[in-house]
Amino acid sequence: MGKIELVGVEKAFGNVHVIRNVHLQVEDGEFVVFVGPSGCGKSTLLRLIAGLEDTTGGKILIDGTDVSDTPPAKRGLSMVFQSYALYPHMSVRSNIGFGLRMAGMPKEERNRKVEAAAQVLNLTPYLDRRPGQLSGGQRQRVAIGRAIVREPKAFLFDEPLSNLDAALRVNMRLEIARLQDTLGTTAIYVTHDQIEAMTLADKIVVLSAGQIEQVGSPLELYDHPANLFVAGFIGSPKMNFVTGQAAAARGAATIGVRPEHIAGSRTDGEWAGTVTVAEHVGSDTFLYVAVPGIGDITMRAVGEFALKPGESVYLTPDPDRIHRFDAEGQAMLAAR
Amino acid sequence: MARRISTTHRVTATAAGWLVGFLIFFPILWMVLTSFKTELDAFSTPPQFLFFHWTTENYAIVQERSNYLHHAMNSIILAFGSTAVALVVAIPAAWSMAFAPTKRTRDTLLWMLSTKMMPPVGVLVPIYLLFRDGGLLDTHIGLIMVEFLANLPIVVWMLYTYFKEIPKDILEAARMDGATIGKELIFVLAPMAVPGIASTVLLNVILAWNEAFWTLNLTTVDAAPLTTFIASYSSPEGLFWAKLSAASTLAIAPILVLGWFSQKQLVRGLTFGAVK
Repeated sequence: MGKIELVGVEKAFGNVHVIRNVHLQVEDGEFVVFVGPSGCGKSTLLRLIAGLEDTTGGKILIDGTDVSDTPPAKRGLSMVFQSYALYPHMSVRSNIGFGLRMAGMPKEERNRKVEAAAQVLNLTPYLDRRPGQLSGGQRQRVAIGRAIVREPKAFLFDEPLSNLDAALRVNMRLEIARLQDTLGTTAIYVTHDQIEAMTLADKIVVLSAGQIEQVGSPLELYDHPANLFVAGFIGSPKMNFVTGQAAAARGAATIGVRPEHIAGSRTDGEWAGTVTVAEHVGSDTFLYVAVPGIGDITMRAVGEFALKPGESVYLTPDPDRIHRFDAEGQAMLAAR
Repeated sequence: MARRISTTHRVTATAAGWLVGFLIFFPILWMVLTSFKTELDAFSTPPQFLFFHWTTENYAIVQERSNYLHHAMNSIILAFGSTAVALVVAIPAAWSMAFAPTKRTRDTLLWMLSTKMMPPVGVLVPIYLLFRDGGLLDTHIGLIMVEFLANLPIVVWMLYTYFKEIPKDILEAARMDGATIGKELIFVLAPMAVPGIASTVLLNVILAWNEAFWTLNLTTVDAAPLTTFIASYSSPEGLFWAKLSAASTLAIAPILVLGWFSQKQLVRGLTFGAVK
């Protein structure tokens, strides 16, 4: 079991409130991703759950028990750090087995468990090496091995992939997804990368300035962002926001439309503009268009759309895919 | 791309390097040479560099007049004793300042260092009186206490710097793995800090070995280390250069050998953190 509940969790460093009144439920076996810009408090929230920081208010429950004052090791969670945080003077075997050793497990049993974990992570040939002799991806796998071998109630991942290069990151992302699926262990994963969030999560928690902006499945957040912040944060390239006349015409203070929900044409359409930059990446074409009276709009066309900077283009947003926000930036329900 | 260095540049730099090295080494060389001269040659003008009457009589006389081994033993007891006591106090202190700092940690560190700026002679009289009344004059315990306290700020500072270099994440990982503070110190922090602790020990042994002010003022015979042994040759009857040199050579020999064998550790210790 690994059900985690946050009830009104607060954290302040002196007068600085980094986490404000956070309520959240993480179900057993769920993969939850905390996402948000840097400094939004997502890592702090994870460290509060881990017990590496003390809360200044509220309660943290694991399987119904209040663990707010329980030391990290007694919470039954394991953590994978951004920097891997391996013990440099120990072999891979001792690194993975350190937690079991601290728990007083006999050596044979410990070895058996370490070897089983190494098998799962393809680390068997490296068991007697030191972390310094491994590549970045292998080190990351050792860190994950150290987390799974203790059979925790939940895994906590603190931006585990940000030190890896792009290709390796995609591979490790798949590995983590597969591993969590096989083990069925609850996972909380912190990242600032919304692609990682979208691909890994059962449930995404978007944080900003120490508060939860929205909780939902990846597609819920994509299709129904609760406010301007979430709308702008989820999706790449970013959603276009238009204020003024065009928004007022739709009864909103701001309207938002994603680049992929704008149709482009050389001949006619709702907004006439001029291409400023055109990015042709083969599978897609990204056009950055200056539209008088509207602003700069990004549009994405599938495949090749042969337009050059300086040429004029007509854009038509998909009326069913327009998001409307009120003056406070909150999403307005019901289209038009 | 590597920077190109011309041959002339390399030759000049090498020559300059050797010159500076020789200048630094020369006093020691001169002392060793003098220790093999007769008292008369030691005073001669112009000084004789290599072509004099080589003799080992000074060493014989020094051995006869005083008990070298007794003083050497005292030096070892004082140097290693004071360093050991300093470590026992400084490791926990540096640990808490490096990993659980408070608002005042910086001030505390600076304050500790500032005590090294005060001239020791300023507190000689009170300390002397304390020693006299406490029966600590010329005892190992008393001298170990003074040397330990004199070097404590440096030991804490050095260990603090080494501990700061250890990533906090690793200690947090150990905490997640269920290590108590004690186990964290023994299994994770200490092994990672061994190079740092080693060079701290080394530097402090050397400092304590050469410490002369307190040892000269607070000891006479029983606890007198090699510094007192050297000083005894600069007596009111006159300065016996050759014998003084012989005594000094004997006094620095052990520490020189220790330093030679551990120079790698020392250099690493002194430049630790400068290069990643």
